[in-house]
Amino acid sequence: MAVIEVRKLVKRFGLKTVLRGLNFSVEAGEFVAILGPNGAGKTTFLRILASLSRPSLGEVRIAGYRLPAQASSLRRRLGVVSHLPLLYGDLTAEENLRFYGRMYGVANLNQRINQVLEMIGLEARRRDLVRTYSRGMQQRLAIGRAVLHDPEVMLFDEPYTGLDQDASAMLDKVLRNVAASGRTVVMTSHDLARTADLASRFDVLSRGMITASIQRSQINPDQLLAFYRQAIREA
Amino acid sequence: MSEATAVREDARLTALEKLREYLRALWAVVWKDLAAELRSRELLTSMLVFALLVILIFNFALELDARTRATITSGVLWVTFAFAGTLGLNRSMAIEKDRGCLDGLLLAPVDRSAIYFGKTLGNLIFMLIIEAIVLPVYSVLYNTNLFNPGLVGVILLGSIGFVVVGTLLASMAVQTRTRDVLLPILLFPVIIPVMIAAVKASNGFLQGIEMDAIRPWLNLLIVYDVIFTAVAFMVFDYVVEE
Repeated sequence: MAVIEVRKLVKRFGLKTVLRGLNFSVEAGEFVAILGPNGAGKTTFLRILASLSRPSLGEVRIAGYRLPAQASSLRRRLGVVSHLPLLYGDLTAEENLRFYGRMYGVANLNQRINQVLEMIGLEARRRDLVRTYSRGMQQRLAIGRAVLHDPEVMLFDEPYTGLDQDASAMLDKVLRNVAASGRTVVMTSHDLARTADLASRFDVLSRGMITASIQRSQINPDQLLAFYRQAIREA
Repeated sequence: MSEATAVREDARLTALEKLREYLRALWAVVWKDLAAELRSRELLTSMLVFALLVILIFNFALELDARTRATITSGVLWVTFAFAGTLGLNRSMAIEKDRGCLDGLLLAPVDRSAIYFGKTLGNLIFMLIIEAIVLPVYSVLYNTNLFNPGLVGVILLGSIGFVVVGTLLASMAVQTRTRDVLLPILLFPVIIPVMIAAVKASNGFLQGIEMDAIRPWLNLLIVYDVIFTAVAFMVFDYVVEE
């Protein structure tokens, strides 16, 4: 059964049309990577799925909730990680998680914060201010913030942006944990090599539409770049 | 999950539970702002230094006799509060924009007006702290007695009006590239009624004018606060969403 269902989605900013009748569907437990060049509309699409932006036209349904009408109820089931950490620099890691835990009404918050800090490997730095963290540590904490309320669906927008090799490898590990927990994941990325290892399906978004889609079982990771280039050329 | 099941799950929340969730989210935002400010002291320090500088500049720029000084007190005070308050509002929303935190707030499964009222209450607390420091400093510098319960009431009503509109406009301005200059341009024309009423009412209390003459200005302040609180409650969701 589809957890995410998008039909004929159009998004306009003034006279500029960014998404042009986009159709998209994700089954429960799938990890879908959305690939595409700069300006293809990946971030706009993810912001609509995250209920941060309203569709101009079309239908978006996630976990049974229709957007934007039922956005408030849907948000409890969504976890979002973007290239910005969405964390307060003048609060500690623990305080950031406590704040978001209160906003989401997380039960047994202290226990859940401990679990999340252990999962992302930041227990030892829990009382340090977030502004003293490296970019990689901030991104791990951002993932912790996003999974704190145990969402069914996770959205990642270019999570590798600005990370060095070590931090990216660490993020890989955390993402694998998230995927292994059975959550439905949608991730946009430029980094084909990393997504090739993580995703179970690859969709190419170009000029505001999904132009190609392939299951990981149907393609050799070495051929992903060729598949991507061909999809962009044909768009 | 089907749409019908999703709707049924939401309907299970009683009105009391919804109110509790609302207040919990509102308080979480206030707690977060106070905790962050307690650590950085960026916002309060800049507001306070700016307010004291404005008072000092007025003190040296206007070489007035004692009687004239008493008549300009309310004007100088409210100009100081408005300038320092605008600085605080800008900074308060810039913190939300810095690391994308505004998106973090908007992703929370709460009525967005709870976020607005949380930010408004936080901003009001900061403004009242600054006013509580500025008043005695002004009293000493201008040799004027400002310890008047009526004046305190006017300052509270005026500050509520200023912060209610200011927080709404700051959340609009923060999403633009010219946010630092845009907020005062948007804010000052809209707060003209609250500024006029606050200056007139403050002056009335300081000059010992009869209550009948002050009451219309107090009524204007109350009506302004109520109307703009209702407007902000209704439009905040649209202001922050793309």
